[in-house]
Amino acid sequence: MTEVALQAVDLVRRIEGDVSHTLVNGIDLAVNKGEFVAITGPSGSGKSSLLYLLGLLDAPSEGEIMICGQPTSKLSESERADVRLTKCGFVFQFHFLLPEFTSLDNVLLPMRAAGVMAEGAMRERGLALLGSLGLAEHANKRPNQLSGGQRQRVAIARALANRPEIIVADEPTGALDTKSTEQVFSILRDIADNGQTVIVVTHDPALAARADRRVHIVDGKIAEITERGGAELVSPSIAPCEISHA
Amino acid sequence: MKLIFNIAWTHVSTRVRQTLVGMAGVSMGVGFTIMMAGLMQGSQLDFLRQLVDTMPHITIEDERRSVPTQPAEQEYGAVQMADIANVSKRPGIKYPETVMNSLRSWIPGDVAPSAKTTAIINHGGARIGITLTGIDPRREVQVSKLASQMREGKIDDLSRAPNGIIMGEALAEKLGVKAGDTVLLIGGQGIQLNSTVAGLYRSGMKRVDESQIYSLMGPAQVMMGQNGVVNQLRLRLNDPMLAQKVAAQVEAQTGYKSVSWQEANADLLSSFTVRDFIVLTVMGAMLLTSSFATYNIISTITHEKRQDIAIMKSLGMREYAVRRIFIIEAAIIGIVGILFGWVLGYLLCYGWSKITIFSPLTGTTTPISIHYSAMHYVVVGAISLLCCAGAAYFPARKATRVHPVEIIRGAS
Repeated sequence: MTEVALQAVDLVRRIEGDVSHTLVNGIDLAVNKGEFVAITGPSGSGKSSLLYLLGLLDAPSEGEIMICGQPTSKLSESERADVRLTKCGFVFQFHFLLPEFTSLDNVLLPMRAAGVMAEGAMRERGLALLGSLGLAEHANKRPNQLSGGQRQRVAIARALANRPEIIVADEPTGALDTKSTEQVFSILRDIADNGQTVIVVTHDPALAARADRRVHIVDGKIAEITERGGAELVSPSIAPCEISHA
Repeated sequence: MKLIFNIAWTHVSTRVRQTLVGMAGVSMGVGFTIMMAGLMQGSQLDFLRQLVDTMPHITIEDERRSVPTQPAEQEYGAVQMADIANVSKRPGIKYPETVMNSLRSWIPGDVAPSAKTTAIINHGGARIGITLTGIDPRREVQVSKLASQMREGKIDDLSRAPNGIIMGEALAEKLGVKAGDTVLLIGGQGIQLNSTVAGLYRSGMKRVDESQIYSLMGPAQVMMGQNGVVNQLRLRLNDPMLAQKVAAQVEAQTGYKSVSWQEANADLLSSFTVRDFIVLTVMGAMLLTSSFATYNIISTITHEKRQDIAIMKSLGMREYAVRRIFIIEAAIIGIVGILFGWVLGYLLCYGWSKITIFSPLTGTTTPISIHYSAMHYVVVGAISLLCCAGAAYFPARKATRVHPVEIIRGAS
């Protein structure tokens, strides 16, 4: 039986205020270990909000998120930070690298924050990650000395630094040219093929088609789940978690 | 911790101009505060030193602290006596030599007898009220700095001149007399004595120099009309600051009113307390103002680094760890600023100590007194560091409390 890496149960994210606004409205989703899931949908549909919830960057108003079987709704902010540090890797539309640091230092950041490895081992892993993404010769360059695609690859290396179970990427190719987009997507595909779970929000249907599953969100709800090859797996009335286990 | 320090160091070292401005602010605050502390304490200590040198540390007088209880009051508790007729008593301390010998056995210092009275000095038509203190020159050197304050003649000259007196330069100037001149002393009971000015002294305190005259015990006792009377014992202690405690013990032992120099100058010393409070307030304000430079820099950095803060939090760094980055940045600015401030403070103190000021009252030129104390540097440095940490904490706290999603969404 396939192991579930991440599971969302009846997830709701509501912005309270004078006018209450629901960003995510009752989403159930299970993502298997090593699976590559693309979340698509029109602007404002709630796909990024869902991604931030799944990566524990944001807390749901209702529902539960389980990462590797561990419920997270009752965790304190510090405990959630610990889970993010060890189990999740983030890639954003903009690289968000620390500008004063070199590529290598940026990649070392999560490892140093975790403080588990020795400095020598961290540097070795950081260089290996950069090398595997074709950035070996750029290890000592600062972000402003790199191209957009190179910066995004450094951000991916940083996301992979602590060997997280899940890579969460919010439109990682949104600000890249076609060639860089292809490179980044291939890397994410390889990551999933190597056993790590990848969840990507994207506007690009061609890229989404290369994911194992495409989850289409409309108005904060799952409108459609499509498996690679085009088979529609679920309509909104069917619980997607159960389907994914099948 | 290494990571946090690394990020903090990178932030401050890549903003050289801002960092230097912050450090300069702290340095100025620390330097000028140290200078103020050195100046204020220096002048205060100088004044106290003059005060302590001019007068005995403890004066034992031939009177009691409270009015003695009447015999009838002792016998009958309900009796209240009023308008009691004065009983004529011979003034002076009983068995002064015995008391002095007893005190010498335990006080950390020395004791000398004196006969103190008031008189009028008359010369060339000028009549000025003075205090005449009869002393024993051999013992006086043990309890006062009079010998070192002599400007003309010596204490021993009292014995050589007929009815010799030593007066302050200020009084001599007022009367128009000089050493060797003769003046007329008129006592309270009309006793008149022609005295020779045997020497002149300057204590540094105009009030004393204009009113205090010294003679041998004999002439003073003559002016009192009480031969052989000793109405004052004057003590000098190795540590003047013990005076209050020793005075209380002496009073308990002898029964005579014993007044420490602190008690005699209580009004003056309490004014020092007010002065100290004002000075401390001003110095605190200076340090606080200098810490605003740090506040400004940390506010700017946290504002500029909102995205970095968001990304560090999203990567899993805890809020307090991110906050610590900015506290460390302030500490770096503060510590370097304090080190330079110490140097600046020392140089300012040194510069001030080279300045001399002419006093038209005394006609002398004296250097500005500066008190150098390591405590000034430590305390001012510690307070400044605390101010810097406080100045960094609030903007850092505000910045790190922002939800990373808000910033990431904003950037997207």
